[in-house]
Parts: sequence; C-alpha cells; structure tokens
Amino acid sequence: MIEIKNLHKSYKMGKNSLHVLKGINFSVEEGELVAIMGSSGSGKSTLLNILGMLDELDEGTYTLDGVPIKNLNETKAAQYRNKFLGFIFQSFNLINYKSAAENVALPLYYQRVGRKERQEKALKYLEQVGLKQWATHLPSELSGGQKQRVAIARAMAAEPKVLLADEPTGALDSKTSYEVMDLIQKINDQGNTILVVTHEEDIAHMCKRIVHLKDGVIVEDKKVEQVRAEQYV
Amino acid sequence: MFDLERWQEIFDTIRKNKLRTFLTGLSVASGIFILVILLGFGQGMQNGIDNEFKGDAATSIWVWPQRTTMEYKGLNPGRRIQLRNENYETVSKVFDQDFEKASVLYFPNDVQVVYNNDLLVYNVAGTNGDLQVIENEFLSEGRYINEKDVRENAKVAVISNKIKREVFSNLETPVGEYIMISGAGFKIVGVYGEYGRNESEEERIFIPVTTAQLAFNGADKINNLNFMLPEMDSFEETVAMNDTFTTKLLEYLKLYHGVAPEDERAIRLYNPIQEAKRFYTLGRAIELFFWAVGFLTLIAGVVSVSNIMLIVVKERTREIGIRKALGAKPWSIVGMIMHEAIFVTAVAGCTGLIFSMALLEFVGPNIEVDYVMNPSVDFNVALSTVILLIFAGAIAGFFPAWKAVNVQVIEALRDD
Repeated sequence: MIEIKNLHKSYKMGKNSLHVLKGINFSVEEGELVAIMGSSGSGKSTLLNILGMLDELDEGTYTLDGVPIKNLNETKAAQYRNKFLGFIFQSFNLINYKSAAENVALPLYYQRVGRKERQEKALKYLEQVGLKQWATHLPSELSGGQKQRVAIARAMAAEPKVLLADEPTGALDSKTSYEVMDLIQKINDQGNTILVVTHEEDIAHMCKRIVHLKDGVIVEDKKVEQVRAEQYV
Repeated sequence: MFDLERWQEIFDTIRKNKLRTFLTGLSVASGIFILVILLGFGQGMQNGIDNEFKGDAATSIWVWPQRTTMEYKGLNPGRRIQLRNENYETVSKVFDQDFEKASVLYFPNDVQVVYNNDLLVYNVAGTNGDLQVIENEFLSEGRYINEKDVRENAKVAVISNKIKREVFSNLETPVGEYIMISGAGFKIVGVYGEYGRNESEEERIFIPVTTAQLAFNGADKINNLNFMLPEMDSFEETVAMNDTFTTKLLEYLKLYHGVAPEDERAIRLYNPIQEAKRFYTLGRAIELFFWAVGFLTLIAGVVSVSNIMLIVVKERTREIGIRKALGAKPWSIVGMIMHEAIFVTAVAGCTGLIFSMALLEFVGPNIEVDYVMNPSVDFNVALSTVILLIFAGAIAGFFPAWKAVNVQVIEALRDD
C-alpha cells in the first residue's frame, strides 16, 4: 500500500540546513496497523507530513497504492489527499461552528457528493463510532473522546486507502485513549490500513507493528503481539 | 457562482457565524450610509447656495448715468449725464457680437396708475423683451413685452405677481384687464415673477419703451442700459469676456458724453459676475471639501472592510488548514471565502444604500435651512461606491485568503 525508498528531507533554517530524514526505507501492506514511535525531533512528524502529502520529499520515492507521489501541485495533492488519505489529529481539528454530522460530511463535500447522500453517510459513520445521537451537537458540546471519535468518523467518511493518525490520544486521558484505540483497532479489523504516530509505549503496543525513528533513520522495525484495548475499556 | 452546493455551504457558514457576518455587514452598511448621507448633504448645500443666488442672471450688466465729478474738455463737473436711444442703437450695432441680450429701461416721471378708480403706487418702466432674461424673471401668465409691441408703440403692460395679488385678487386672471397710466389705457398682457424671496423688484409695471417715451415726453431718453453676455465654457473665460466688454462699453459711453476717462462715478455699472465670482469660488471650495470628506470616508470604509476581512481570514486559518487536509483545492477555499465576502458586503452595501437613499428621499425635501436645499445624491455615484467597497472587500479578502491557503496544513493546525 505504501512504499518508501531512500527518503531524504531537510529544512533550510537560515543559512543552515537541517537534515531531518536521512534515508528512510519503509513499506506498509494493506490492512496493517503501524505505530511510528520516536522522541520529539526524531523526524516522525516530518515523515507523517510527507506520507500525508502535506510536505514534499527532497530525495527518494514514495508510492501510494501504486501511484507515484511526486511533484504534485496543490490541486493534485488536494485530490489525492481527498481520495487516498484520512487524517486524525491530536487536537481533533473539528470545525467548531459545524455540527458533528456536518464535520463528518465535509470531506464528502470536496468529493462532490450530493447533500442528501452526504448526510446519510455522515450518520452511518457517526453510528459506527457510536455517536449517532450526537449528530446535531457542536464540537463544543462534546467531550474530548467524543470529539476524537467524530474526527475518526470524518477520516473514515471519505473511505480513504490509509488513515494517518498524529498522536490521536495525545490530548486524552488514558481511559478515553483506550476507547479511541479500541475504535481504531476495530476499524483496522475491517481491513483498513492505519498509521499511528505516538510516543506512548502502551498505545504503540496496541498496534501490530512498531517502527522506531531516531535522528532521521529507522532504528527498529518489528512486528508485535497486539494488545487489545477492549480489555481496558 | 451558480454552484448550489457552494451557496449552501456559504449560507451554512453565514448562519453559524451570525455575529461575524453581522459586524462585517454593519461596518459596510454604515460606511455606505454615512458616505451617501454626506454626499447628499454636500449636494444639498450646493443646491442651497445656487438657490440663494438665483437672482439676476450672473452675466448681466446694468449701466446707469449719474453726474460727472471731473472737469473735462471745458465741461464743468456736476453735469448730469443722460443716456439716449442712440447709445443703445450704437452699442447694439457695434458690439452685437459680444452680448446675447440687450435692453433698456426708461422710467417716466410723474405718472399715475389707476385701476377701477384706485390709484396704484407702482413704478412704470419702459423696456423691451430682452429684459426678462437679463433680470431672470419668469412668466406666470400671458406673455412678456415683445419686439412687435416696441415697434408699434403698443399700449400693453406686464405686471408682477405681487401686483396681481394686491390688486387683482378678485379676478381669476388680470390678463386682458386695462389699467390707466396717466390717462392712457394699457392692456395687461402678462404677469411676471422674480426668482428668490426678494420681491422688491416686483414693484414694476413694464410697458414698451417706445410707448413710454412717446406717451410721457421721454423723447429719446433712457435711464438704464442692460446687457447679458453669453456664458463661455469656463467660468474664467466668462469673467474675462465680461471685463473686456464692460471696459469697451464704458470707453464708448464716456467718449460720447464727454466724460473724463478717469471719472469713475459719472457712469455707473453693476456687474454681478464679480460677486458671482466669489460665490463660484466658495461653491467650488465646498464641492471640493465634500468630495474630499467623501473620499476619505470611502477610504476609511475600504480600510475597515479590509481589516475585517483580514481578521476573518486569520480567524479561519485553522479551518482552512482542516479543509485542505480533507482535500479542498486551494482555489475552492479562496473562492469560498471571497464568495462569502462579496455576498456579505454586497447585501450589506445595498442595505446601507437603500436606507440612506430612503432617508434622503423622504427627509431631504422637508429640510428648510438656509444654504441647504433638497439634499440628494446621484444614484450612479452611490452605486459606484457600493461596487468599489465590494471590490475593495474582495481584494482585501483575497490576499490573506491566498496566503492562508498556501500556509502548510501542519502549521495551520499547530496548537498555539
């Protein structure tokens, strides 16, 4: 599903150049649940940005579902993001003046799905995350865990090839974190490919594979026995 | 533009952000409102000034003789000058390229006006048809003295609205009535009026100058020479032409009547254009002032709309980032923001326009203050300002929106 070869990325900081990613080789099969771990500055966010087509790579190749991702203009990148990727953020990033259902329906608007169908689909995905009765509520009326579940429903709504989660539990307490991880595991069980960036060991062990980044290179890439979050809920 | 989905999305956004929309709209609407009222008031002031000085035609010239004050070529000072028909005829012939209208006034002495055995205390003046334009009189009924009357020594008279009111109030119209002037019957053929509130000049009964001279022993005497010059393209040209004409005229009259060239008081000349020049300059200054104020108000409006758009876009940076992450194309986001901005400013601008125009329309005509009359505004000017504001709002919205769209999603979504 994801194929990365010899990926390099550096940022210009004034006169100096900061080499963040120093030759990453990495691939993800369909249906995997991968945790990307590393301390801050290890390059894990940069890697996620490049995977999410929010940033461009300097060197190397990136293939997503057989499509080479290179030299995309903004419009093309937007199309690919909409078609291939679903994002889950640490701070949820729901649009605060839109209701839960409207937030979930938003990616469908950019897919030019009709209004009626958008609403139906939004309700369907809200039901999947167990928030159907909250559909008309604004994000400010929801708890942190509920917000993240709405965000997950939104990421799912576009039916992307890959879900990218950037510290999805970073702003939540452990109980809610496990609830969210439980949901992510269940989505993964349905066959969706999910990448989770985290720095929490317990969250990482709820994935099926852990990739350790350190100073811009992969230092460890291992399959792990998945810990089901269900038991903590 | 006609994308229904886009409109729905925009209406959603507007509905959910009532305060923001309201404040944007309010600032645009009040800007337009103030501007239109201001321009209207400026126009009203100009109307008022125009009205105030709408007395005699600005390019008119009145000439009347007095006594000489200097000795000249053996003639004593203190000699009374008498204008003659010949002066009028010569000027008409020699200067006829320079003026548009020319007329004379002859005031016969010791005449009695009688109507229905009542003695009327009004002045009688002999003149010709051009006086109406020179004095800027309007005709309420009938006709004015005409050339035929003058040629045929017709016994006709034109009275004023004031005389009509005071003497003929019981009649539907005084036209056709006869008045006796020193024993001779004159048929009233018309009623004139003076512009402005000053009715002191409505004391006169006009009769043909030839008749007056013939009937009241006037011989070829005349008391006044009156002219009206054409208006040139620019006011300055008119003034220059006026100066040349008066100089030439005085030169001729002084020569004819043996008046010393430096004797300023023997032949007097009233020339309202010199006064008009002052008011013209004042009017210009006022016009300029209101345009300047209007322009500055407009700039203030543009700045405030731009400012609001900047804040709106800034406030929506995160939302823009989210939309981008969800697959929105840059242009669709810029388009959406501008679409909303233009829609809100257009609706608000038109609201302000309608309110201000309505106010001017209903309150304007009722304003009765000196120097302010019927404040109104050119609809096209008002509409242009609305369009300019909308355009400014769109431009002001575009650049920050474009900048926001090009910010990295990660940066836009960063927690700070």
